[in-house]
Amino acid sequence: MKPLTHCSLRALRDAVRSGEVSAREVAQAHLDRITEVEPAISALLAVTADDALAQADAVDAARSRGDKIGPLAGVPIALKDVICTRGVATTCGSRILAGWKPPYDATVAARIREAGAVMLGKANCDEFAMGSSTENSAYGPTRNPWNLACVPGGSSGGSAAAVAAREVAGSLGSDTGGSIRQPAALCGIVGLKPTYGRVSRFGLVAYASSLDQIGPMARSVEDAALLLEAICGLDPLDSTSVDAAPFTATAVTRGDIRGLRIGVPREFLGDGVDGPVVAAVRAAVEALCAMGATAEECSLRTVRHSLATYYILAPAEASSNLARYDGVRFGLRAEGGSGHAGMTEASREAGFGAETKQRILVGTYALSAGYYDAYYLRAQKVRTLIRRDFDAAFERFDVLVTPTSPTVAFGIGEKSDDPLAMKLADVCTLPANMAGIPGVSIPCGMDRGLPIGLQIMGRSFDEETTLRAAYAYEQATHWHTLRPEVNR
Amino acid sequence: MPGTQTETPYVGSIGMEVHAELLTESKMFCGCRNAFGGKPNTRCCPVCLGLPGSLPVANRLAVELVIRAALALNCAISPIAKFDRKNYFYPDLPKGYQISQYDQPIGSGGWLDIEPEAGPRRVRIRRVHLEEDTGKLMHLPTGESAVDYNRSGVPLMEIVTEFPPDMSSADEARAYLVKLRAILTCIGVSDGKMEQGSLRCEPNISVRPAGSAAFGTKTEIKNLNSFRAVHRGVQHELARQSALLRRGDRVAQETRGWNEARGETVLQRVKEVEQEYRYFPEPDLRPLHIDDAWVASIRASLPELPDTARVRLVEQYGLSATEADLLTQTAAWTAYFERAAGLCGNARATANWMMGELARLLNAAGIEIEQCKAGPEALAELLAMVESSKISGKMAKGVWEAAFESGEAPAAIAARQGEQISDADALGAVLDSVIAAQPDVWSALCAGDEKKLTFMVGQIMKQTRGKANPGEVNRLLRDRMPGGAQ
Amino acid sequence: MPLTLDDVRRVARLARLELTDDEAAVQLRSINELMERFESLRELDVEGIEPTAHSAPINNVLREDAARPSLPRDEALAGAPDAREGCFAVPLILEAS
Repeated sequence: MKPLTHCSLRALRDAVRSGEVSAREVAQAHLDRITEVEPAISALLAVTADDALAQADAVDAARSRGDKIGPLAGVPIALKDVICTRGVATTCGSRILAGWKPPYDATVAARIREAGAVMLGKANCDEFAMGSSTENSAYGPTRNPWNLACVPGGSSGGSAAAVAAREVAGSLGSDTGGSIRQPAALCGIVGLKPTYGRVSRFGLVAYASSLDQIGPMARSVEDAALLLEAICGLDPLDSTSVDAAPFTATAVTRGDIRGLRIGVPREFLGDGVDGPVVAAVRAAVEALCAMGATAEECSLRTVRHSLATYYILAPAEASSNLARYDGVRFGLRAEGGSGHAGMTEASREAGFGAETKQRILVGTYALSAGYYDAYYLRAQKVRTLIRRDFDAAFERFDVLVTPTSPTVAFGIGEKSDDPLAMKLADVCTLPANMAGIPGVSIPCGMDRGLPIGLQIMGRSFDEETTLRAAYAYEQATHWHTLRPEVNR
Repeated sequence: MPGTQTETPYVGSIGMEVHAELLTESKMFCGCRNAFGGKPNTRCCPVCLGLPGSLPVANRLAVELVIRAALALNCAISPIAKFDRKNYFYPDLPKGYQISQYDQPIGSGGWLDIEPEAGPRRVRIRRVHLEEDTGKLMHLPTGESAVDYNRSGVPLMEIVTEFPPDMSSADEARAYLVKLRAILTCIGVSDGKMEQGSLRCEPNISVRPAGSAAFGTKTEIKNLNSFRAVHRGVQHELARQSALLRRGDRVAQETRGWNEARGETVLQRVKEVEQEYRYFPEPDLRPLHIDDAWVASIRASLPELPDTARVRLVEQYGLSATEADLLTQTAAWTAYFERAAGLCGNARATANWMMGELARLLNAAGIEIEQCKAGPEALAELLAMVESSKISGKMAKGVWEAAFESGEAPAAIAARQGEQISDADALGAVLDSVIAAQPDVWSALCAGDEKKLTFMVGQIMKQTRGKANPGEVNRLLRDRMPGGAQ
Repeated sequence: MPLTLDDVRRVARLARLELTDDEAAVQLRSINELMERFESLRELDVEGIEPTAHSAPINNVLREDAARPSLPRDEALAGAPDAREGCFAVPLILEAS
């Protein structure tokens, strides 16, 4: 057998189930790997070694008793630090939640545990999932395993880097405007944003409630599908979760893509997208066609408004979602300031980073008297137009194929002083959040030693077709088998 | 009262915002228990504490109770209603926003008819909507505050009257609240307990010179914990504003608190600018689609409303309007009355007894009729004993007091206290001794002075310590009088 | 129309953010840069278009009215910066509700 940290999630699960290796061995091998590479990568904000080993032992004990063990038995996982874990610090990459230990588990955290997965730690991210480089974390940036001078993308940069660096076999991220797909692309792994409502948000610390969605990150499409299968489904604790047709990983890996109709929207391949990225995406479309799919260029006229729409809607919701950080029930309380209001202001001043403050300010402004109609309401109407464009496209096509990110990973610090340039990194991923549809990023090439991501978007609740296309492409190419060296 | 004959008369305008906590088992958006009191922060969870990551899920019964109230208040039910976030900072508001309803409330365009002494009036209701209550603040000896979130997330209904206001006097304001409370308790939506704050009323008041079209600046009054406080508070505020204007001063837009001890309203805070609540649709909750079938099923489950009950009580039992008013003040009173009157067959006696002895004892004990140990069956039993002369009216009072205290059946109490003496031989002996002791009175009675009869009966009752059957005594006395049967 | 420093201060007050002068100036610049991008939305004709607040047309997601256990009080208070007498303690409240 290969070194355990080189195995896929699926292979580890099968080996634990068959008894070829113990869950403890798997957990220990990955904890060792964390010790080895974490000083270079900084993907994890907390490593829960003791809990992990205890849980691995519980899986092994269940197996030796002959009890039924779950579909993710012994699989080592990291959760983005915006996902609440009972008794384990959940900071959202923010100073304001330093050391906060939730008294409850997010639904996804409970579901992966029930499935037998072993959580090794909490992954770094941009503060409250606001950013595209993980540089907005109050706890320092995470580095890209392919090039330590580069960002891993964001906001789920820790989740992506930990998977790429083989610290864990899979992870969960959250995606509001591309925060799973863009770091997956920049780290050369698979990242899926499911349809809004497919996965429960209960216990996901809210950034923009109508856009946030938790999704899997892994080194293969099948692994991502297995994670999705474990976490998806209706949750009575989340009114926005949907009782959709069940999703199974086996449906993804069965069958082929003959006759699949691919739309290639030209708006995603225009100015601002690097040449090697465009070339890689076009080559990927050809590869898909070689397997029996048909492809056609198309146009989504309103998607160019996604960025503006997103940066009104998401900050507006965020300004409200982040009002609860007032220094009363949890989190940071700063000294100074007079009275309760002064305390709250001082705590928020000390606890939030610049980007978070900016989004709170923009969102508060967009909702304030006299501006609501011009900004928030108008943006919601434009969102309707964007959705209609996608609906029309999906009458002609089964999936839409685009780049995930206009560029490969950029240098740490390169865009820190230019918030707008940073925001443009999400220009290809934002539209899927506007429309609520699923989107997956898979590796499709390399440029200057850094991975390029291919984005495939599908119809609402049709993760199956979306991932089947991704799986077919993956099986026909070698990109997902490349491994970063992680030089210290 | 605003205005006098010698000076400019002022006209009052009174609008009313009423908040009622709904009678559910659990809170609005989580499974914590909806109850009053208890140790602080013992009915809290991630949702009602507003912990990061928590999400609300709306309580079906709370939605239905608001539809129920809106129907009882003659409102139109919105086919599509939604929740919105009302954003503001305050330590009793855990999320930094209150989930409420802004532009699509559940009910709108209703009314409620009141009949204060000045005459009947229809008060229009602008909207009825659903929201969540806040936590409670307590003051620490250090000057700091302590927050208890047990009340946070309790389902709360807001009922707002239409503008321009239909009410102009303290009498009307009180009548509105009395009627509203009667309806809400009758339909099982609220317990109506103003003293516990489960029913809260905030009138907004302005005055203007008679004949002027423009409304004056309004103030809002808080801390009104009883009907009496509402009446006094509104009256005081109307007078205060009129006096200000008469002096040539301005009324400031402000919130004032009612101080029960001082009998006046005092400044709480000045409203310089309208609060910016930055309402927007609550993304964590789905809209409500309230179809006709849902509304119809709720409408069908509504009990008889107080207005209907009042008319019926007058017609069916021959009660006066005032009696019917009192007996329909809450659904519990109406039910008590009808059960007791049905059992004993004497509506008049039941009404008298409830408005007299029962009301007096409830008042003295400071409890509601629902908590009364002596139920309608007990009252019916008591009244039947009086009717059949098993006990005297005087004795009945004592028996009733004992039943009210202990909950024991009146018949059992009466038996223990000794049955009435109706036996002619036993009473005959007492009669003989009283006649012998009062020869002058007896002679006057025999001579036709009928007034002396009451005195003689009284003397006999005194000798038997109230146990003599007064009817029987009357009959025996008349028998012995000249021209009697003997 | 670009925001002014006063706008930023007003909005910061609404959002209970205490900004230093430097911070306010930096924020003003980047907010205006971002908001320039919003101008493109004005080109679109949105007359008669329904706003999208929710991504799937699902309604009436309601739970039955049943009480469930609450958190033990010590867990409810565990994250509080200042818990006293079973309550969340806050400094003197000067502002109006």
